[in-house]
Amino acid sequence: MGATLVRFASVSSQKGSTLCPEPLVQTSNTSLQSLNLLPEINMFPLDPSFSYNQDLQFHLLGRHLLFDELPFPIEQIHSHYLHGYLLYEKGIATSKNHLSCQRCGNDDPSLFASFACFRCKEDSCVYCRKCIMMGRVSQCTPLIRWTGPVPNVALTSHSFLEWEGTLSELQKQASKQMCGVVGKPKELLVWAVCGAGKTEILFEAIDRALQQGLRVCLASPRTDVITELSPRFERAFPKAGVVSLYGGHSELAAPSPLVLSTTHQLFRFEEAFDVIIVDEVDAFPYSFDPTLQFAVKKAATDQATRIYLSATPSKKMKRRVHTKQLEVIHISRRFHGYPLPVPEFKWCGNWSKLLKKGRIPPIIHKWIDNKLTSGVQSFLFVPTIDDLTTIHSILKEYPGIDSVHASDLDRIEKIRRFRKGEIRMLLTTTILERGVTVPGIDVGVIGADHEVFSSNALVQIAGRVGRSIGDPYGEVVYFHYGKTTAMVSAKREIKSHNQRAGFGTSR
Amino acid sequence: MNCLSCHEEQRLKLGWGDLFGRNDPLSVCSECSSMLERVNGEICRMCGRSFSIFPEQYRQGDLCFDCVEWGDVGNSITKNRSLYQYNPFLQEIMARYKYRGDAELVKLFEHDLRVLFKKEFKRTLLVPVPLSNERQYERGFNQAELIAKLIGKPFYKALERPVHEEKQSKKSKQERLQHAAIFTLNDEFRETITGADVTIVDDLYTTGATIQAAGKILLDHGARTVSSITVARG
Repeated sequence: MGATLVRFASVSSQKGSTLCPEPLVQTSNTSLQSLNLLPEINMFPLDPSFSYNQDLQFHLLGRHLLFDELPFPIEQIHSHYLHGYLLYEKGIATSKNHLSCQRCGNDDPSLFASFACFRCKEDSCVYCRKCIMMGRVSQCTPLIRWTGPVPNVALTSHSFLEWEGTLSELQKQASKQMCGVVGKPKELLVWAVCGAGKTEILFEAIDRALQQGLRVCLASPRTDVITELSPRFERAFPKAGVVSLYGGHSELAAPSPLVLSTTHQLFRFEEAFDVIIVDEVDAFPYSFDPTLQFAVKKAATDQATRIYLSATPSKKMKRRVHTKQLEVIHISRRFHGYPLPVPEFKWCGNWSKLLKKGRIPPIIHKWIDNKLTSGVQSFLFVPTIDDLTTIHSILKEYPGIDSVHASDLDRIEKIRRFRKGEIRMLLTTTILERGVTVPGIDVGVIGADHEVFSSNALVQIAGRVGRSIGDPYGEVVYFHYGKTTAMVSAKREIKSHNQRAGFGTSR
Repeated sequence: MNCLSCHEEQRLKLGWGDLFGRNDPLSVCSECSSMLERVNGEICRMCGRSFSIFPEQYRQGDLCFDCVEWGDVGNSITKNRSLYQYNPFLQEIMARYKYRGDAELVKLFEHDLRVLFKKEFKRTLLVPVPLSNERQYERGFNQAELIAKLIGKPFYKALERPVHEEKQSKKSKQERLQHAAIFTLNDEFRETITGADVTIVDDLYTTGATIQAAGKILLDHGARTVSSITVARG
């Protein structure tokens, strides 16, 4: 790593007053200050005669990095600054009563803290706690970005795509429509039901973009999505140099035209992509965390094509679709051509009260017995971890039942055992509402009227069923103590997808 | 107030204590707080390790085998007391605190640390374990110093660490036990230390090597007794 630095001196030179980082200051009588206390940071015009370091260019291109993240000597980095090839920016923008992190966009006062900083010698150096896991950005930390030339990408007419699969008629149409927006400053929502096969729909459009020399990023809020997609993309685009970035795997030594990244990792990018595709755009934490939305915005160029993928778009997005502000592609039919299983509502009495007494509502008990004896594997969704523990302890006599929740350390192992069939019924909180696909299962929801089960969550849960072509049907039951709007609207939405796919209104 | 550790908003339950202003505002939610395993029950008289998580055969009376071993090589510490077991949850917190540099997290330990200090180390002089200049520059702060500051008593930077060396966590136990003198005394505090009961402050007690080395220097320079307080017991 290059020497870290954070104090700068204002030095007068032929070019006027310039910043000089601490290790390079030659006279001892200059006063050194935290970056935060310096006025404007001046930018130099690009000096075309300067011979810049291509490795540095590759490291920095389209990115927004700390000194600690650049393995180059400080002299070299600084001389690029003096010749207009890079820029230092204050990591934390400070104005009257307002702080904002320039890397992650956080401006929530409760997520800033300060400490007596050994680097800048200030008693109270404010830092951002929001993106601390990516290395601390404090008031004395410069963020560095490339302002020099961008390497030319040769346009090609040959395809990068080496995928042998075929698309269904519906997928083909969607793919064609998507190709139409690539390269244009447009937004597009792909509203595809669970199990529609949306990854394959992207291939053609991404290939089109790569041929035009555009830089493409596929981002997801979930690491497991990125790790699952990464080998598929490497196989589909073997010559594109696909790079995947997620927590603990964030090195980017050379620029790649095709990047798969968690939305978190996008904090380290700035104006880097011409096409940005956000998968599971309604998933936690992206939908709840404005800084992740900031990251996506910052990582894309102004003129970028933005494509959002979702099976259950947020109300806000649906409204934008409705008012024609957002173009949409519907894929209402699953890749295997069968309709979505429609959930069934079953009244089960006051489940919450019964659970407190250590009992499971009889109708649910019957359902559980039935699943276990018939040999069908199932997920049983439960509102809270407390309920999960209660139910699991009531059912502990039954072989083949296990439970899983977000902070369960054995989560991955349990899911693996469920896939292998060693676990027959998995009690779970909403964490398994998306992502995990196991063929041939049924799903029950205990307390579907509980507030954690939003309409979207219920649609996703129903979407776990009937995923394989060998077993496209299955049962979804919402056990409740009084129907909620969320339940009704989930069912309505599933039915309307089936209707749009041409299955009629009947079950 | 949001939880310092998980950033979740806390649903406060108000009680009589709040009305009379006796409750400290909680910096940590009950869920995170419950993940911190306090060291309690029977402990090793010397190093403060809990016997409950420790196989019986490694125990000799009220000492653990490690401390018996320290007795053989020359023990410089009267006693060590730690707040919590170094469980995976605390390991994660410590990593975020030290290596990612989230200095604010130290506040998680404030209440328990003050209680422990009052109970075990009253009227002793606090000396935080120093970092080398390079390491402190890299982190931006010294984690032990922030912990010492939290106790709310004056502390003395009586020790210095002139050599920049590999992180303890990257060394084997053997290497740690064989360490050369890594600390020196800061001459400014020579008189303060002479005849004093000193408590060394650090984030973590694992093999005890760091604290033993620090204790030895302090004893060599006339401290009457040396003990130590740490947040975690590895």
